[in-house]
Amino acid sequence: MDSLFAHPLFMPLVLTAIIILLFPLVAGYIVLVERKVLADMQVRLGPMRVGPYGLLQPIADALKLLIKEDIIPTNSDKVIFWGAPVLSCFCAFSGFTVIPFNSWIHIADVNVGLLVISATSAVGILGIILGGWASNSHYSLLGALRSAAQLVSYEVALSLSLVCGVMAAGTLQMPLIVKAQEQQHIWFAFENYGLMWIAFMIYLIAATAEINRTPFDLPEAESELVAGFHTEYSGFRWALYMLAEYGNIFVVASVGVVLFWGGWLRPFPNVSWLELPMNYGVPIALFGGSAWGSIRLVARLKDRIQQIVLMAVIAGMAFVALLFAWPAFNHASVSVFWFLFKVSMWVYLMVWFRGTFPRFRYDQLMNVGWKVLIPGGMLCVLANAIVGMARQ
Amino acid sequence: MSETVLPVENDIFSEATETRTRRMTLNMGPQHPSTHGVLRVLLELEGETIQNAIPDIGFLHTGIEKQCEALNWQQVVTLTDRVDYLSNLNNNLAYCLSVEKLLQMEIPARAQYFRVMLCELSRISSHLVWLGTHALDIGAMSMFMYCFREREDLLKIFEYFSGQRLMTSYIRIGGLALDAPRGWERIVKKFLETFPSRVEQYEDLLNNNPIWTGRTKGIGPLEVSRMINLGITGPLIRACGLPHDLRKMEPYSGYDKFDFKVCTSTDNDVWGRYQVRMGEFRESLKIIQQAMDGMPGGPVQADAPKVVLPDREKMKTQMEALIYHFKIVTEGFAVPEGEAYVGIESPRGELGYFVVSDGSAKPLRVHMRTPSFGNIQALPELMEGRMIADSIAIMGSLDFVLGDCDR
Repeated sequence: MDSLFAHPLFMPLVLTAIIILLFPLVAGYIVLVERKVLADMQVRLGPMRVGPYGLLQPIADALKLLIKEDIIPTNSDKVIFWGAPVLSCFCAFSGFTVIPFNSWIHIADVNVGLLVISATSAVGILGIILGGWASNSHYSLLGALRSAAQLVSYEVALSLSLVCGVMAAGTLQMPLIVKAQEQQHIWFAFENYGLMWIAFMIYLIAATAEINRTPFDLPEAESELVAGFHTEYSGFRWALYMLAEYGNIFVVASVGVVLFWGGWLRPFPNVSWLELPMNYGVPIALFGGSAWGSIRLVARLKDRIQQIVLMAVIAGMAFVALLFAWPAFNHASVSVFWFLFKVSMWVYLMVWFRGTFPRFRYDQLMNVGWKVLIPGGMLCVLANAIVGMARQ
Repeated sequence: MSETVLPVENDIFSEATETRTRRMTLNMGPQHPSTHGVLRVLLELEGETIQNAIPDIGFLHTGIEKQCEALNWQQVVTLTDRVDYLSNLNNNLAYCLSVEKLLQMEIPARAQYFRVMLCELSRISSHLVWLGTHALDIGAMSMFMYCFREREDLLKIFEYFSGQRLMTSYIRIGGLALDAPRGWERIVKKFLETFPSRVEQYEDLLNNNPIWTGRTKGIGPLEVSRMINLGITGPLIRACGLPHDLRKMEPYSGYDKFDFKVCTSTDNDVWGRYQVRMGEFRESLKIIQQAMDGMPGGPVQADAPKVVLPDREKMKTQMEALIYHFKIVTEGFAVPEGEAYVGIESPRGELGYFVVSDGSAKPLRVHMRTPSFGNIQALPELMEGRMIADSIAIMGSLDFVLGDCDR
């Protein structure tokens, strides 16, 4: 048995299986969070019917999408129409291979990890372009065109901001980038006397554009192009596109967290007395507080089964809070907690954008990309290079 | 039969210099999220640029104008609700005013004040739908929910007055359907207290947002002269700086007693139209406040026993009242022969009803001069040379209601 655990392929295979099996569920719950947070911002309730307070909505949605009629438009290019969402989804998942959840949980520790992610996310856009093209519909075609232009303009800015981070870390290897921040006792977002903050902002904007989220959601602008590139898609194929979108959000957020927000490190890694309140306090307060706050919600439910489901959820959260109070468990897993916590902050940010911003116009999008972000990125690389050299 | 011989050119340069652009025809609507109802716009596109736009109306044609000829004068009021369903009280008013002009009827001051107040509330409600959907089209989706939250308060006010949220038919020939229910001041006052801060919230969200200003400033301008020629009215023409407002120019229903200013803007674009309508929120609030403060007492129906249903108590004691009641209910009332036109300032522009009577209990003809119909005419000129995203913003800024346009 020991040899099995020690086998170099054991960890990657197990993790791959976990991610492929679990991520669709996680994506479903990201959708639920998005709907709930948006609802909260828009003075409404969001999904409330399936499960207690809509908690089982993602499962119902997934089931509905699976059993929906499979429609392929007659005039579409069938093979490409079939393959495009698969390609999109494949590329989104490929990005997961090099994400370090903590110092030892990762599928592959590639020495050009960042390049792998930038490559897969670039190819992923091809799925959108092909899908829009193969649908043979005007709206889809326009969405695909927009997507192509958007990719070309924002990929450059994105890479420039990545370069800043790489210069600060001195490596492209994802775990080593975090370790560099550990050694320098600082998140890279605050490195170089705050100059890296500009790089971080450029990354944030370009990454939002890269994954087609508001205010850059032109390829699927629902008020203009109905649904953009996936107008003709329905059922499970559409679900694949959605899965790819949320996969991309996760990957992009992870890269941002690894490169700028210190990966799995806790906030203020240089202040040692914060270790106890941070590593124990935050997770326990988060899970315990959520459980405590949800208790009063049980009484409001009328249905017995829903009460039981919600109580199980509360018990689960309380159990996780207790686990984090156990030093052995805390020591082993608090880094993963911090990583996922930061990623969820990022996801929240994306939802917040969606609730607040109007949408850019196509040419304004190009202007922002070419006239602001790319020159800004170049200057940022230059400034960071000079300051970085001077500091050594 | 002669065969046309096409000149064959082997010149490589001619092929390269020949501009080969194929235009794509995009059939936007009638089922499109941003055409607000069932407008169909045929777009000829070159890339994303609109070369030509042809609006195609008529998908919501209900035959309301013809239907009016089958009902008696008072019953037509219920149809006018359904013309511009977002500002139905203005439609009620325009129709009633033109029939009252034929009848040469004096409306008591209390009824006039209520009419003004309700029409202004209805203007706010209509502008709220416009702002919400316009912002949603441009991508600010939260605005939609905020605007509908306030509109809900307004619909509750309408329900309080008339028992109906949308199709109120509260304004009738001869005055109002009923006197206002007890406690109406409280519910209107509550709205007046909350709404100004909400308008500020909207402006906080939008005015300084560079994406919003980028999407609205400089989009869809048209010279004033051309606008006048096209018969465009309402906030659209006020956004060109022309203070064209029938409430000031030809005051009806006692608008001359109220102190308000006509909102104009010199921007003449989507941004200008937005500014004008945001200003009208505030002006309408002022008018409502004045109407509340100066609300006179007295009856809400004219002293015209042949037109207005008699009081229930009188019916039980007076012979004449019973006879009038029977006559009005069974056959309606006759309107003197003639024709009349009254135009009012609806939230969308000049809304006029042209009524013709042959002296019978039913109209011979009811024609509506609706603002949406005129305003849609500007679409091709506003959209030409713009991008698809702009076309959405422009359509939103026109604020048309297809029920109003097609009748």
